[in-house]
Amino acid sequence: MKKIIKPCGLHCIKIKNLGVIIGGQRILEDINLHIHCGTLTAIIGKNGAGKSTLIRAILNDIPHEGKIEFKDSENGQMQRLRIGYVPQYLNVEKHTPVSVYDMIASYQSDFPVFFKKNKKVYEKIKDSLRIFEAESLIDKQVCNLSGGELQRVLLSMAVMDEPNLLLLDEPVSGIDQNGMEIFYKRMEYLKEHFDLAVILISHDLDYVKKYADHVVLLDERILAQGTPKEVYGSEAFRKTFAEAEVGVC
Amino acid sequence: MLEFFTAWWDYGFMRNAFAAVLIITPLFGLLGTMIVNNKMAFFSDALGHSALTGIAIGVVLGISDSLSMLVFAVVFALLLNKIGRKSAASTDTIISVFSSCSIAIGLAILSKGGNFSKYSSLLVGDILSITKREIISLLVIFAVTFLFWFAAFNKLNAVSLNRTLAKSRRINVRLMENLFAVFIALIVTLSIKWVGILIINALLILPAASSRNIAENMREYHFFSILFSVFSGLLGLIISYFTNVATGPMIVIIASILYFATYFYGKKL
Repeated sequence: MKKIIKPCGLHCIKIKNLGVIIGGQRILEDINLHIHCGTLTAIIGKNGAGKSTLIRAILNDIPHEGKIEFKDSENGQMQRLRIGYVPQYLNVEKHTPVSVYDMIASYQSDFPVFFKKNKKVYEKIKDSLRIFEAESLIDKQVCNLSGGELQRVLLSMAVMDEPNLLLLDEPVSGIDQNGMEIFYKRMEYLKEHFDLAVILISHDLDYVKKYADHVVLLDERILAQGTPKEVYGSEAFRKTFAEAEVGVC
Repeated sequence: MLEFFTAWWDYGFMRNAFAAVLIITPLFGLLGTMIVNNKMAFFSDALGHSALTGIAIGVVLGISDSLSMLVFAVVFALLLNKIGRKSAASTDTIISVFSSCSIAIGLAILSKGGNFSKYSSLLVGDILSITKREIISLLVIFAVTFLFWFAAFNKLNAVSLNRTLAKSRRINVRLMENLFAVFIALIVTLSIKWVGILIINALLILPAASSRNIAENMREYHFFSILFSVFSGLLGLIISYFTNVATGPMIVIIASILYFATYFYGKKL
């Protein structure tokens, strides 16, 4: 991930007729999305609208209907999609003896982290942490990181394998206003400098309006999608967020 | 004077027990780390108790009780995993239901005709009765477990931290969870005769929990967990010889003391 590439705009990810049924209950239906590299797509919707389920379906974590295609529009060939994922939470409570190195190396390498530190892996992890100014955190315990630090670490890990698609599941919880601004600036930097598309679940309608290229309003199916202006001006948007009265300006 | 303290080594059964403790305790320390991180203490406890049912099945079918115990524990572990994944009810309730049911069946069969006293030694275990052949079988499982740990630990840790994230890295989450459960079942059933049903879980949990009080990364966590486990095992064996107390409980007492000591040392109140 050291090499900085201009987004080519030629890759695209097509999600066709995606649907999810869990325990006999329909969670998602007929989801069609078209995502280009170098763009930030924000998924918004009320609680229980199926936002996290959509991310898990794209990750193939749960059974789903429909297709997810990754195409190079220059020659139309299908490629294997590499996905970077930033989860909503980690199973790390206080005093869990897992350092940032332990965590990232567990996902990135087969060299057993309980045995000893592998120098090569350590340097590789440090390099990727550097992208988000987090290299000094490498030996810290994951449970002692602040919300912002953890977010930087998880982002570094997600971009290590040069993904084509970055999925973020509400990655800004527990972060103050200043941190939010920095986070969205970082997203802009990522999509502009790396050849990837970003899909982000968010509750912060103001920031989405300011930074997203494409907004998807979700509630079991897609109620509205388009530029922030189009979606925020739609009837469906007004209905969904009328009671909450947040961020519609 | 010195002779008084080294006299235990003259007894063959003590030397065998010493070797057995030296083999079993590092395994407890090793597996315990992941059991504690995954909050599976209740799971391993249920597996220990399932030994009774396994033996009962062996009695009914007229086959070797070690074999029936092993097969039953592995099936039981996989079943618990499967139900835990499917059901929406909380995992500890499910484990409790299945564990109680299986213990009741085991006790019912074994107590038929008033014969249960024959099996009561299983409750506290007797490491002093271990034979050389049995030590060799422990050595085999020791080697297999260490190999598994070296090959699979990172993936187990990845699954433990976040299942979806592990899946996104193309880790076979279900396979890893099942393999781990099978290894716990193996170690528990192969050592239960020597350690005892009532205390085996303490040996799996205490060293890792003590280590967690002071460790900051995975290397320290494993090092201290294995160290505490081996230390309490050997010291417990020797003290039990001099005090004429059952070995298993003595090991657990020392492991508990270590837990409280590390707890206050780590000041993690």
